[in-house]
Amino acid sequence: MVNSIWLMIAQRLGLGLVTLFVISLLIFGAVELLPGDIAQEMLGQSATPETVAAFRRELGLDLPAHERYLNWLGGVVQGDFGNSLANGRPITDLIAGRLGNTLFLALYAAAIAVPLALVLGILAALYRNSWFDRAINVFTLSSISFPEFFVAYILIFYLAQSGLFPSIAKITPDATLGEKLYRTFLPALTLTLVVTAHMMRMTRAAIINLLASPYIEMARLKGMSPGRIIVKHALPNALAPIINVVALNLAYLITGVVVVEVVFVYPGLGQLMVDSVSKRDITVVQAASLIFACAYVLLNLTADVLSTLSNPRLVHKR
Amino acid sequence: MDALIGFLTALLWIAAVIVAAAGVAWVFKTVAIALAPAGVAKVLRTAPLTANFGIIVIIVYVTVAILAPLIAPYGEREVVGGEYLPWSTTHLLGTDNLGRDMLTRLIYGARNTVGIAFVTTGLAFALGSILGLLAATVGGWLDQLLSRIVDILMAIPSLIFALLLLTIVGTSVVNMILVIALIDSTRVYRLARAVAMNIVVMDYVEAARLRGEGLWRLIVREILPNASAPLVAEFGLRFCFVFLMISALSFLGLGIQPPTADWGSMVRDNATLITFGDITPLLPAGAIALLTVGVNFVVDWMLHRASGLKE
Amino acid sequence: MKNTSDENTIIHGVSRREVLQGATAFGALAMTGLLSGRPAAAQPKQGGVLRIGMGHGATTDSYDPATWDQAFVQVFATARHGYLTEVAADGSLVGEVAESWEASPDAKVWRFKLRDGLTFHSGKPVTTDDVIASINHHRGEDSKSGAKPIVQEIVEMKAEGDDILVFTLAGGNADFPFVLSDYHLPIMPSADGKIDPTSADGCGGYVVESYEPGVRAQLKRNPNFWKTDRAHFDGIEMLSILDAAARQNALVTGEVDVIDRVDLNTVHLLKRAPGIEILDTTGTQHFTFAMDTRVGPFDDNNVRMALKYAIDREELVEKILNGYGAVGNDHPIGQSQRYHADDLEQHSYDPDKAKYYLKQAGLDNLDVTLSAADAAFAGAVDAAVLYSEKAAAAGINIQVAREANDGYWSNVWMKKPWSAVYWGGRPTEDWMFTTAYASGAAWNDSFWENDRFNELLLAARAELDENKRRDMYVEMQGIVSNDGGVVVPMFASYVMAHSDKVMHPEVVGANWTMDGFRAVERWWFA
Repeated sequence: MVNSIWLMIAQRLGLGLVTLFVISLLIFGAVELLPGDIAQEMLGQSATPETVAAFRRELGLDLPAHERYLNWLGGVVQGDFGNSLANGRPITDLIAGRLGNTLFLALYAAAIAVPLALVLGILAALYRNSWFDRAINVFTLSSISFPEFFVAYILIFYLAQSGLFPSIAKITPDATLGEKLYRTFLPALTLTLVVTAHMMRMTRAAIINLLASPYIEMARLKGMSPGRIIVKHALPNALAPIINVVALNLAYLITGVVVVEVVFVYPGLGQLMVDSVSKRDITVVQAASLIFACAYVLLNLTADVLSTLSNPRLVHKR
Repeated sequence: MDALIGFLTALLWIAAVIVAAAGVAWVFKTVAIALAPAGVAKVLRTAPLTANFGIIVIIVYVTVAILAPLIAPYGEREVVGGEYLPWSTTHLLGTDNLGRDMLTRLIYGARNTVGIAFVTTGLAFALGSILGLLAATVGGWLDQLLSRIVDILMAIPSLIFALLLLTIVGTSVVNMILVIALIDSTRVYRLARAVAMNIVVMDYVEAARLRGEGLWRLIVREILPNASAPLVAEFGLRFCFVFLMISALSFLGLGIQPPTADWGSMVRDNATLITFGDITPLLPAGAIALLTVGVNFVVDWMLHRASGLKE
Repeated sequence: MKNTSDENTIIHGVSRREVLQGATAFGALAMTGLLSGRPAAAQPKQGGVLRIGMGHGATTDSYDPATWDQAFVQVFATARHGYLTEVAADGSLVGEVAESWEASPDAKVWRFKLRDGLTFHSGKPVTTDDVIASINHHRGEDSKSGAKPIVQEIVEMKAEGDDILVFTLAGGNADFPFVLSDYHLPIMPSADGKIDPTSADGCGGYVVESYEPGVRAQLKRNPNFWKTDRAHFDGIEMLSILDAAARQNALVTGEVDVIDRVDLNTVHLLKRAPGIEILDTTGTQHFTFAMDTRVGPFDDNNVRMALKYAIDREELVEKILNGYGAVGNDHPIGQSQRYHADDLEQHSYDPDKAKYYLKQAGLDNLDVTLSAADAAFAGAVDAAVLYSEKAAAAGINIQVAREANDGYWSNVWMKKPWSAVYWGGRPTEDWMFTTAYASGAAWNDSFWENDRFNELLLAARAELDENKRRDMYVEMQGIVSNDGGVVVPMFASYVMAHSDKVMHPEVVGANWTMDGFRAVERWWFA
């Protein structure tokens, strides 16, 4: 049984590599399809045909697309992501610090959001249809109905303008952990509000869905307390959808937070990606997409492994 | 001190709104039970007040959306006065940054936004859940193929993906619906597949297979009913994510074509006001939130019924 | 400097003594910064770190002057670099790396004398080789520079002795010294005739300590700066804060001292915040709607005139600029510029006149599409919507097409028949007209050809008689206004905000945002 899990992991990691390859191809193709190239976008309003042509020659954009892709791929296989086309800096330098920032914020938000969502979800399922359930639902639903930047503005209005927290998450390299946590509290809180509702509602729904099952009925007849029933019997069987939603939201925290980065002036990967797409800086776009893709593949794999482990029937599949 | 008073006033308002909402829901419930045919009335009787409230909200939104030109005091794009006029009897909710009537924009926004969100979510669910269930039931290479395609699509951050696709195909409403639906359907697929995976190994599905039931019948009769609860729950949320997606796209300049009113863009256009304590952007944001809450209240009730719980 | 005293041959030049005395005779551009706020304190004080929140900046930015295109890199560049010439706050031209200059009678050959004893931050002296290499970076076959069109007129550059540099131009240009103040043309250290475009070394008032593109730049005062009455701050910290609300909040909560690009929708609210002052300058920045005059219906001037009378300029200034600007008269010359045509009839909203012109064109009504995106200018989409509303009364149906911000300049501008455009403006009439209205110019976005205009443009450029020159520029403005393919509804102010601890001179530069990019050099803490 354990072997089959290892086999699956190995299989999925192999497939993950294929996924990464396909994504690099897709992204490259998509950026090629976008109207305009880096020469035009960098020069913007001040572009002229001659300067654009010179820019292209300098960057080797006059080579055919497949050649440029193969060159890039050749470098990546050897661990060289190349340089940014826009400012010539090595991509590994560009990305390293930002990746750290992105992961830090994602972990920070997840550390608050996931336990919070699970506890609230379980409580809501336990006290379903009570005022507590309603109130927690209305609050979380409202908070995800607001666009992220709007939630951020409201938090800034209440928590930053009064001087409690800084309105911009300026991180210096030598900041202590406590300082970092303090300065990034508002973006983390914004993200928490954005992702909690989804996970919490899935937890609640998945648990309630099981409560009418015969084995829960049985447990109830045996006189088990409702809280115990949910934690001991319902939750383990409701884990698969919950894990999936949690994985989805974790991936979102890593890849989708560009708006929060912009509002709090937090230098993460999202802003880098958007800037690079808009300037058609394809090498940076590729590298950032691959990192995002890795995050997805790994999180999905983890989610699948965990949901398989959580269901004995799947583990002992014939 | 001011902040405290503000906070208390806000609390008071919230309490008043809750009481009013409960009252309206109760009246609605009573009237609806009295008027509805026996079968429906019986179902309605079991519905909690919150579900009734949700139903009212949906009915009101749909009515407003359909009758927008009749209800709205002014034309959708009409410039009726100065910018940011305060609330008054001629302009109940004041005017926006171009001097258009806010109430009118909100009413037309209902039509455009709800319509688009509904179509998009419907498409995403049709596509995502069918493929997800199919993959889980058939398994093998089909499952692998679909799952890897979805993995690939999902591994590209959705906003970036939407930006890429819309820049390539152009931003018409139809394109926007299709692109968002495609992106959303991958999320639905994953969920549908995960839920169905748990079901296909159940004994009764095994039994149905042995009985020689066809694939389609297996999915529709045996698996779908048991997978519907998480899917319905997901629908309630995905629905409102569409508004947010449109709002985020308008952040990148790819939203709905002006002068068409839509709530997502209205929040975006007025959002900076909130940092000065001006509540104008809360109106469209509140409109989205109210609908989200309403829809999910109904969803909760349906979940509850589907679970077979009696309490 | 041999011709300095000869009144007949030397028209535009600033003697060394004049510069040293601060009397700037050259090109009296009356582009005086419009002032709000209190009168500035008398004596600048040294000290403090100025933190600036800029509304621009991208991770793709670089040190290479060829690619600079927005205010973050421009202000950053001005902080660390020196230029040959500088547009002073009152719009006149003063020397910076160049101490003085003189022209041949036909304004074709220009001699610039470099200031003595200037050094780069690295300690290397500034030489004529460095200047030549710095300009050459933008010239030639392989130049990818945004400044290539403006240095194209230079035929030859050569050094005469240690400190004289001779420019030979293809044709006479009385405004040539202005061109050298362009932000693309900083003087950078060279080796083997080439500058290093990845180097931060310059001869400006501040030395770069750290720079993370799209995020932040930190600079400290250059202890060897040659200007003793400038660069008052101990250090500068520039932050790229793209979101308008975030920028305002950073100022209100004291995270930064100055911001640019104040959100015009809420500027009236920001103004009320305690300790915050709004600073606005009206200069040459203008917003336009450019029509492709080669294609129908815009090839008919009657249609163009109808569209010019169908726009409510006052409403746009009121609602899009929140009053921070002035109405335009369908030509790109600002009211405060040297040769502005004050007596030209002002185009204003008049549906009847618009209808009249439509009839002249043989039309009862008109269907046109106007492409806009907020990338063109903040509020462009809204401006187009307002335009469309008002034009309906004249039987003109303007369909507003909201385009993607992404790739706007390469896919929409000069590609779609009618699109919204932003112009930072140019300090001289000739420069502006040459850039965007001359026949065949790379950025002639209306593809407009007018023989009389082109003739006047060449004549005026080399004309050294002030009055004749004025007459020609006035006539050109009339031609552009009544025949050109560009609707110029408004001139937009640069609107900034700062805490009341930040002081600035009474006259603030209006040629660019942030005191002509030089706030870091000219401002100080109370």
